This record gives sequence, structure tokens and C-alpha cells, in this order.
Amino acid sequence: MEKMACVSTVSSRTMFCHLDAPANAISVCRDATQVVVAGRNIFKIYAMEEDGFVERLNLRVGRKPSLNFSCADVMWHQMEENLLATAATNGAVVTWNLARPCRNKQEHLFTEHKRTVNKVCFHPTEVHMLLSGSQDGFMKCFDLRKKESVSTFSGQSESVRDVQFSMKDYFTFAASFENGNVQLWDIRRPDRYERMFTAHTGPVFCCDWHPEDRGWLATGGRDKMVKVWDMTTNRAKEIYCVQTIASVARVKWRPERRWHLATCSMMVDHNIYVWDVRRPFIPFATFEEHKDVTTGIVWSHQHDPYVLLSGSKDSTLYQHIFKDASRPVDRANPEGLCFGLFGDLAFAAKESLMTGEAGRKPYPAGDRRYPIFFFKKPDVTEQFAQVASALSVFESEADGSSRMDWFIKTARRYLLSGKPFAELCDHNAKVAKELNRPQVSTTWTMLRIMFSDPGNPALPANHNMSKLGNIPLMNSFNLKEMSSALNERNKENRQDNLHNLETNLNNDENEETEGSDGQAEYLFGDAELDDDDLYSMEHENQAEEAEFSLPQEAFPLRHEIVDHPSAPEPPAEKPESPQVSGSEAESFCLTPMESISLISVSQLLYQPQLPPSFFCPVVREMLDYYAEQGDVQMAVSVLIVLGDRIRKEIDELTQEHWYMSYIDLLQRFELWNVSNEVIKLSTCSAITCLNQASTTLHINCSNCKRPMSNKGWICDRCHQCASVCAVCHHVVKGLFVWCQGCSHGGHLEHVMEWLKSSNHCPAGCGHLCEYT
Amino acid sequence: MMMDGRDVVAMWEGLASRDAASRDAAMESLQQEMMRRVESIGPLPETPCSSSASHLNRVLARILMLSKRCPYGDVREKCIWLLRSIQDIGVRIPRPLGNGPSRFIPEKEILQVSKVDARTQSIFEEAFSLGHLDNISLVMGFHPQYLESFLRTQHYLLQMDGPLSLHYRHYIGIMAAARHQCSYLVNLHVNDFLQVGGDPKWLNGLEGAPQKLQALGELNKILAHRPWLLTKTHIESLLKAEENSWSLAELIHAVVLLTHYHSLASFTFGCGITPDIHTDGGHTFRPPSLSGYCVCDIANGNGVAEVSGEVEVLMERMKQLQECRDEEEASQEEMTTRFEREKTESMLVATAEDEECVPSRDVSRHFEDPSYGYQDFSRRGEHVPTFRVQDYSWEDHGFSLVNRLYPDVGQLLDEKFQIAYNLTYNTMATHQGVDTSMLRRAIWNYIHCMFGIRYDDYDYGEINELLDRSFKVYIKTMVCSPEKTTKRMYESFWRQFQHSEKVHVNLLLMEARMQAELLYALRAITRYMT
Repeated sequence: MEKMACVSTVSSRTMFCHLDAPANAISVCRDATQVVVAGRNIFKIYAMEEDGFVERLNLRVGRKPSLNFSCADVMWHQMEENLLATAATNGAVVTWNLARPCRNKQEHLFTEHKRTVNKVCFHPTEVHMLLSGSQDGFMKCFDLRKKESVSTFSGQSESVRDVQFSMKDYFTFAASFENGNVQLWDIRRPDRYERMFTAHTGPVFCCDWHPEDRGWLATGGRDKMVKVWDMTTNRAKEIYCVQTIASVARVKWRPERRWHLATCSMMVDHNIYVWDVRRPFIPFATFEEHKDVTTGIVWSHQHDPYVLLSGSKDSTLYQHIFKDASRPVDRANPEGLCFGLFGDLAFAAKESLMTGEAGRKPYPAGDRRYPIFFFKKPDVTEQFAQVASALSVFESEADGSSRMDWFIKTARRYLLSGKPFAELCDHNAKVAKELNRPQVSTTWTMLRIMFSDPGNPALPANHNMSKLGNIPLMNSFNLKEMSSALNERNKENRQDNLHNLETNLNNDENEETEGSDGQAEYLFGDAELDDDDLYSMEHENQAEEAEFSLPQEAFPLRHEIVDHPSAPEPPAEKPESPQVSGSEAESFCLTPMESISLISVSQLLYQPQLPPSFFCPVVREMLDYYAEQGDVQMAVSVLIVLGDRIRKEIDELTQEHWYMSYIDLLQRFELWNVSNEVIKLSTCSAITCLNQASTTLHINCSNCKRPMSNKGWICDRCHQCASVCAVCHHVVKGLFVWCQGCSHGGHLEHVMEWLKSSNHCPAGCGHLCEYT
Repeated sequence: MMMDGRDVVAMWEGLASRDAASRDAAMESLQQEMMRRVESIGPLPETPCSSSASHLNRVLARILMLSKRCPYGDVREKCIWLLRSIQDIGVRIPRPLGNGPSRFIPEKEILQVSKVDARTQSIFEEAFSLGHLDNISLVMGFHPQYLESFLRTQHYLLQMDGPLSLHYRHYIGIMAAARHQCSYLVNLHVNDFLQVGGDPKWLNGLEGAPQKLQALGELNKILAHRPWLLTKTHIESLLKAEENSWSLAELIHAVVLLTHYHSLASFTFGCGITPDIHTDGGHTFRPPSLSGYCVCDIANGNGVAEVSGEVEVLMERMKQLQECRDEEEASQEEMTTRFEREKTESMLVATAEDEECVPSRDVSRHFEDPSYGYQDFSRRGEHVPTFRVQDYSWEDHGFSLVNRLYPDVGQLLDEKFQIAYNLTYNTMATHQGVDTSMLRRAIWNYIHCMFGIRYDDYDYGEINELLDRSFKVYIKTMVCSPEKTTKRMYESFWRQFQHSEKVHVNLLLMEARMQAELLYALRAITRYMT
């Protein structure tokens, strides 16, 4: 009955009026007919009438208004309609009695706080009780019949930003703090808070008790979140969380709507949002009238969910009507797109959109698609528009390029340390080849050739020779296999490739130099090699070129195919291409003759002018190239294997970046061991410290169940050996394995042995343990 | 074998390693390199101007720096030994100029810190390995908790992800420091600027820099001297300048850098930071002459307690204020008057000698309009509306804006402000267990008051009680025209206090100033955005 009356008296349209100054806070009287606006330079009462706001009373009196009028907050008593309280920026708490006959309505002045008072709050049912929270970290409870506070609550932490009496629990109030904490107090016990928890990072600007649900508390903070806490449990439990786009200044539950609350922000964003906490991603409704930040919001009546009042820094006071609110959900595009770990693609869109294109031709890359339809059971209490969307999953081809199998296999099988450099390279080259990644494989071989020779002029020449002897042989072995693969490629590509090679060259070079050029090109993955570099290589060592010439034949091809599949081929090239036909080049290097000649000139190859560091710029470019291509695995692996040989070439930040990316990838594929190995082998301090964190495992003594404090195996409380093997009853001084269920355990091998023959716990506790 | 540049860099890095073995190795190669070089030049080179000789001198200066400043004892010892053996060959070796990182504080006291405090030592080691162990950090080493946060913030601002490119950041640092003619910071960043690939032409003056940076000159000028004049039109002119316009995120980054370096310049002058040993002006190759010793350098100790009881008086006053605050309640009008009086008075505190020191050519070319300085706003009769902190505070508004446009920096600055504001050891001079919060708040609010920032909930009468005149002179000079700070000023306030406490005061001043400037700048940006 009362509710009906109230709704009818208030005009139901959106309206506003100009204030003379920015507002800091507003409050309505119980019957929703009048609103008080308070700010630094304003303190007025307006009546809400049919055709707009009408100024009723200006409480700011006196020639030179004191700072007591500079209000940070205001509250209208919900039972005593003549009573108001304000919090002043200078630390005063003032109460006002509208029934006073003179112009100055000020009744009490409490100046007990040392700093700005941020919030005042009347008790919802107790007429004379007023609570205040201040910047000085204290909360004070005033009995309005007395001249001073009756109790002081010390938060023992930073400034108090908000205080709110519980709606349902007579003695309880909540206080929110600048350091992110929320405390619950019993009004009868000023010595200590009942409960404290950290709600936000950074200040908690506001809190609000749910008007009906006992124990639901909404908090809003500078971290842009609104959280709803259930306080009925032992520990405050976060049950809902809404992420907004700006720090949350005020939060108010919507009357009669259990899951709705209104928020406004402290900075930047001027809108008022009404959220359904169950749908945290999009506001239920938005009021967009204000031109500057909204500082105060209040629902006009505790049983009327349709009218919201707001004051703002732009010096306006608004009455918002729900039917005029904009509904963001109507404008939203319910579509989503996501890549899966293994290259699959999921796409969800409105059902109507998806069915419309059913007759379309199949998606070219993915062969299959699974339309999956989700139906969320419509909840009538949610007034959200129901959207049905269709989800399609496009699986990548079984061995398409987007599959990540190669990544996992490579990661598992690569060797990064523990063997001589040359062996590591060979191993990794083999792995890459087996996984059908010839380019990578050849890169490893190249690296081995470039760096594995000591290149030290002090070494005897024959030693040099013998080491070198392997290389050409190894190479030709590789070549044989590669060339067979090569033969399958069609001629066109080869020509295409050759054309590329030749454009790099001056045309008068002989076959061998073409090879070297191609080699270089293959190494860098692009054709931007400096001419100077080319020449220096050519002139200094012909043999090396010969050695490298063939692998190049196989691989640039592949590379070119990927990179320039449709490069137009100038007809002028045709006559030249037969000059270097693939077979010709292959045969020339495979002959033993050539190998011998390689050895014979290899002295030249490792002249002191060409130390391994000569290749560093080249290798650096190559690593950059791989990283750019998205194969950060290669970049990191080479970095680790080459170690000091290359590390100084690449700046720390880049290295760190590569490591981080690779480790991130490895962890996504759950390759924990590999990722840890990489972390261990990395030299960046930022990376190595990754596995230094939380390496301590706290254990309790198995006898007395108290924490083990000191190192060693003896518990210093009960003086017994703590970690005894349940099988052999000796102390375990190494790997200790224990059952997660009954917490008995022992030596790894003993427990393994035991559980092979028995299902029960070796300690005889009766637990059915399992070893996997 | 000649070491090429890369190896040399690696060698210097090796010396900064935490691993003793790699330090040893690097030291070894340094020795070999030096000996080879010295021998190649021969004893007492006839042509000291030759390039190799000057290069040698640079390296020698660096070794000298290591022998004094390296946080690792082994490196220090070996460097001393190395220098001595080079001297024995007959090569002139440098010696440090001045006494220690600060002109005001005895070297002994500063360097002792790291030997006692393990935390300081580890921070120094980290800073050293990053190549940032400058004299500023050494002096801040009195307060490791703060230093850590300071270095983290500075590192983030200069090196980590941010909207501005690296050379822009250093150039902005140069611009800001040059505004206060702080040659120490300018030189520091000129080096860094060139190292990250900055165009040397820019260093000839602001007109050599791109249009975009030139536009920032005005903001720099206003922020440094009269931040209250900043309006949203200034911001608008930067953000809407066709192809040379700044983005909001870039602007925030620039503003944070500007304010950081303005206030750091205050600190540099306030603590009398001397040039780093290995830079120009930090060392000399001339043999010491006897007349070089200034009498005051030798005789000076801060501990000479001529005026006894200064501390006790101050403590007594704090106690009185604490007690009587509840009884005597000043009227609101009285409070307002007190603020205005303090504001006006702060203007009248003469900023030391009036002689116009002409900035050295070298530094002044980085900014225009050198005559534009801190102007006492009340004195000229122009009335500037008071900035109410309750309406725009760092915690509520500034933080959100910065963090929105330049993520993480808000958090870092917030931490730094809090550490600076809350730092206390509960000591005053020789007294233990003193609650200094009242004094710290008075200093903080006095500085904000000088910028016209008012706290509604503060009684500005307290300032008058707690800060005496010589202290106010010091604060005023340091904050408004730091280049005029003199040793006499540093010594004449708080004579009984320890150096570490004076450094603490300097930290407070620096952070309060930075926050004041930031508040004005951010408020202007907010106004532009709404």
C-alpha cells in the first residue's frame, strides 16, 4: 500500500536541474519527496515534483561559510525526517535539524576527527545513532543525545573510506579502508574488529549491504572491480565479481531486484551502470546523462526500483527513470572467436547468422566443422535479452602446417646440453629432419660447421685437418637424402628458386659462387645479403662454399615456396636455368673427388681471419628471422646450444623476450620438464629466477604433527626421525614419495616395489594407495 | 690482440657480476689489457692529446671509479693495486675531485652505510650491475627501503615498456633537469641518450629536436616553476597538433618523467651531489696542491653542537601541539587565514642571495627562456585559486588516471609516495622512540602549501610552530630554485640532526614536490578529458 502511494507521488520521467556548484554526495528522505545535495560549495534541499526539481532550502548560511559546510558526504535519516548529517572535509561531523525555527539549522558539531571525514551513516533502525569514518583511520559512533562520541573504533590501518550499518544485523557495521581491507565490527565491542579481509588491491572506496539478503556485501575499489561477498560463512567468500572500466566510487543495491546494483566511477567515466551481478560482462542498463564524473547515486525509494537520483561534478542533479535507460546488451554483438592450442579455431555467433550461411561452400582450410548449440536455460529473473548462439569449431588438418605436433616432438627430443657442441647440433639436426623440417635441420648442421672448429691458429694443422675431415662427409651424407627429397619437387619451383639466387648475383659468377650465394640466402631466409659479405666469403674460401652449396639446393626451394609462392617468373630467366640444373649440382658434390678436394683446401677455410665470431652477425640475423617467423623454439634452442658463442651478440631484452615466449608456449603444452630445463639453462637473470620462487616445502613431523622447523631429519620437538620409510623403516634421505590420501610413504623405489604387489598402504593404515 | 668494443663491454659487465669467479676473470683481462695499452703508449707520453692517450685516461678514470665505488671489495682492492702499478710505470693516474658523492656529507659516512646494512649492499650490487650506481643512489643508500622503490620506478620509467621511445625518454629527462640547470643530471642523461642511439644534433638545443619535443618545452617550463598556471588549453595544444601531436599515453609518460626529473634536480642540489668520479669534473689528473684543501672541508663536521637544545625545543613543541589540539579549537576563518598567511609568507622567505648566477652555456642550451623562474604568486597580486586536495587527490584521482594511461606506473608511484611519506625510524637526532608523523606532515604540507595546495583538515598554524626560519629558507630554495642551494643553507638548518635525517628530509621534499606538480598536470589532463 505504502509502495503504491510512493510511486504515484513521484513524477516518472527523466529530469534534471542545474546546481550552482559540483555535488559530492546526495541523499533522499524516507518518502522520496525531497533530496539533499551536498558539496564543497553547495548544501541544498530540493523537492521532487511533477515538473522538475524545486529548491526548498539552502542550508549554507552565513556571510563567510566555514569549512564545516564543505561536505564530503551527506545522509538523510531514514526514520526521523528532519534529521540530516554531513561529513566535512575539515574533519567535522555535523548534524542538522530541519525543524529548527531559525535559518541556521545546524544542531550538533563534532570535531573529534583529526582528518577529513569521508562518510557518515545513520543506524537504519536506531534513531540517535550515527557512525562516521575518517581519513585518520578512526570510526566514531555518536549518540545524538550526547555532546560527544560514545565509542571510537580504530581500524589499526589506513584511512576509512566508507562505513555502512548492516540492514539486518542490529549491531554490525562494515568499514572499508584505503589499504584494500574491509572490516566487520560489532557496535558493542570497540576494542577489536570481528573480522577482516582484503577485498581489493588499492583503496576500497565504497561498500553496501544487500537490502534483503543478510550477509551480502558489495564493495567497489580503485582496482575497477565490484565484488559481492557472502559474509554468512566463516570466511568472507567472493560470490560475484564485476569488472568495470574505471575505479568504482559508489555502489548501491537496486531495491526489489535481488541481483542488481548500480555503480558510478571516480574518474574518467561519467556513466551510471546498473549491473546484474550474474551477468558481469555487460551492464544491464546505463544512464549516460552526466557530463562529468558522477559523485552520488541513490535509489529514490527503498521499494521503488525504477527511479535513480544522481549528483555530479558537472553541477547537475538528475532523476533517471529506468525506462529511459539505454540497454547495452541490445547493441552488443554476441560473437566470439578463439584459437585453440593445437591450431583449432572456435567461432560463436548468433544462431540466425550462422544458419543463414548454411548453403555456403565449405571452409577451405578446415575440413570438418562441428556446429554445437548451447542453450542456457532462460532464467526469468534475469531480465536480459536471451541470445542463442551457435558455436562452430574448425579443426585444423591432421598434418597441416598449423598443427603443433612438431613443436611438442621437437621440444621433447632436442638436446640442449650435456654433450659436446657438435653432437648436440647433429642430434638436433637429426630430430628436425625426422620431423620433416629440413630447413631447421640444415640450420643445425650449418651451425655445427660454423662453430665446431676451434678456429684456433695455435692448433697443429693436422689436428685441424682430422677434425675437418668429418664435415664434408657428413654433409654429403645429408645431401644424398635431401636430394632425393628434392627430386620430388617440381622443376618450376627450382627454377623459381634459381632465379632468386641469380638476381642476388652478378651474372658472371661461376657455379660455385652461385652455390655460396644460395647458401647465404638460405641461411638468412631472405635475399637481403650485402654484396660485401658475399664477396668476402667467396674470396676467402672457395672450399667452404662448395661444401655448403648443396644443402642449399634442397632448402631454399622449400623456403621459397612458402614465402613467394606466386612470384612471377621473368621469361628471361628460362635460358639460364639449365645452367645449374639440380642434378648437375647434386652429382658434383657427391663425388668423392669433391670431398677430397674439400679437405685439401680446408686449410684455407679456417684461416685466422675467419674465426667463429665472424659468423655471429649472420647467426644473429638468422635467429631474429626464426623468432620473427614465430619459431621461437628454434631461436631459443640455438641460443642455448651456442651459449657464449652468440650470447653477447643479442641484447639481453630480446633474449629475455624469446625465453619468456618459449617458456610460455612450453607451459601451455604442459611440457613442464622441458620448460624447466630451458629455465635452468638460460643465462638471463630474469629467467633463471623463475624457478627460484616458492621452492620451499613446509612439512609437519609425522609423529607429533607439528611443523618441522630446522633442517635435517630429526624433529626437534619429539626428537624422532620424521620421514621414515614405511617399507624399510629407515630415514629417507633422498626422494621421498608419499600418498596424497593417507600421507604415508617412503623411498621411491621401495614404495614402487611394494605397490606392485599390494594395493594397501605399506604402513598398514588400510588405505588403498595408488602409484602412477 | 686488440680487444674490440664488444669484449670491452663484456669485461666491464663481468666486473659487475655477482659471481666472484667471473669478476676475477674480468679483472684479469682488464689488467692485461691495461698493461698492454700502457706499454704501447710508453711512459709519460709526449703528446697527451692523442686519441689513444685520451682513451686511456677515460679507462683510467673508470678504474678509479671502480676502486672507490664498486660494491665488491675484491674489485676495489685490485683496482687500487692496478692503478698503483700503472703509476709505477710512470703513467699519470687520476684522483677524485671533491670529497665523495656529496659536497655536504662526508664521504666516510655515506660509504659506511653499505658496509653495515646488508640490504643496502644488495641494492647497490643490483644497481651496479645495471650500471646505475650513481652518486644519487649512494646518498639515498641511507634509506634502503626508499631507494629500492626509487630505483625500481626510475628503471621502469626509463627502460621498460612505455609509450615513448628510449631516446625520447632521456631527452625529456635532459629537458627537465636543464630547467633547473642541473648539470649533473644533464650529463648523466646525455650519455644515456647517445647510447640508445639518440641524434647528437638534438643536444645542440631544443631547436635541434623534433617539433614534437619542442612543443613540450612550454609544459616543462610551467610545470617546473609555476604549475598552477597549467590549464587544459596547454594540454589541448599538445594533443592536437596535427602530425606532431602527442597521444594521451605519451603525454602522461612525459609528464611523469618531467616531474620526476624536476624533483630529482631538487634532490641533487639539496644534497649537493657531485659529479660521478668517471665523468668529467669528477676527477683530475693534476697532482693535488696543498692550497686545494679548503679549511672548512677539513674542519667541518656536522656534529659540532654549538646550539644545544634545538632538538629538545622542537620535540617540546610537538608534544604541546599534540596535547593542546583538543582544547583550543581555532575558528574556520582563523584556519583559512593561517593557510593564506603561510602561503604568503612562504613567498617572502628570501631565496638566499639574489645574485643571478648565469647558467653555464653547456646546460642552458637545452631550454628556452631562462629568465622564467618560480614566481611568487601572491606577491604579484595575482590571485590564484587554492587547489583543494579533497577535490583532486593523488589517491583517488591522480592514481586512476595514470594507471589507466600508463599501466603499472601508477602503482609504482603510489608505492614510492607512500614509502616517502611514511618512512620513519622514530628517531630525532639522538632521541629514540619519537613519533615524527606530525613533523613529516608539516613538511609535506608546507611544500604543497607553497604550490597553493591546501588540505582542509590541516591546521597550518602547526607549520609555524615546527619549522623554523632557516629550515623554511632551505625548503623554499630547494623546491623553487634548487640551483641556488648552498652548503651554508644545508648546514644552517637542524644543526643537531644527522646527515641521514637531512637526506630523509630531502626525500620528503622531493616526493612532495613531485606529487604537487603531478597533481596540477593530471588535473589539467582530467579537465581536458571531461
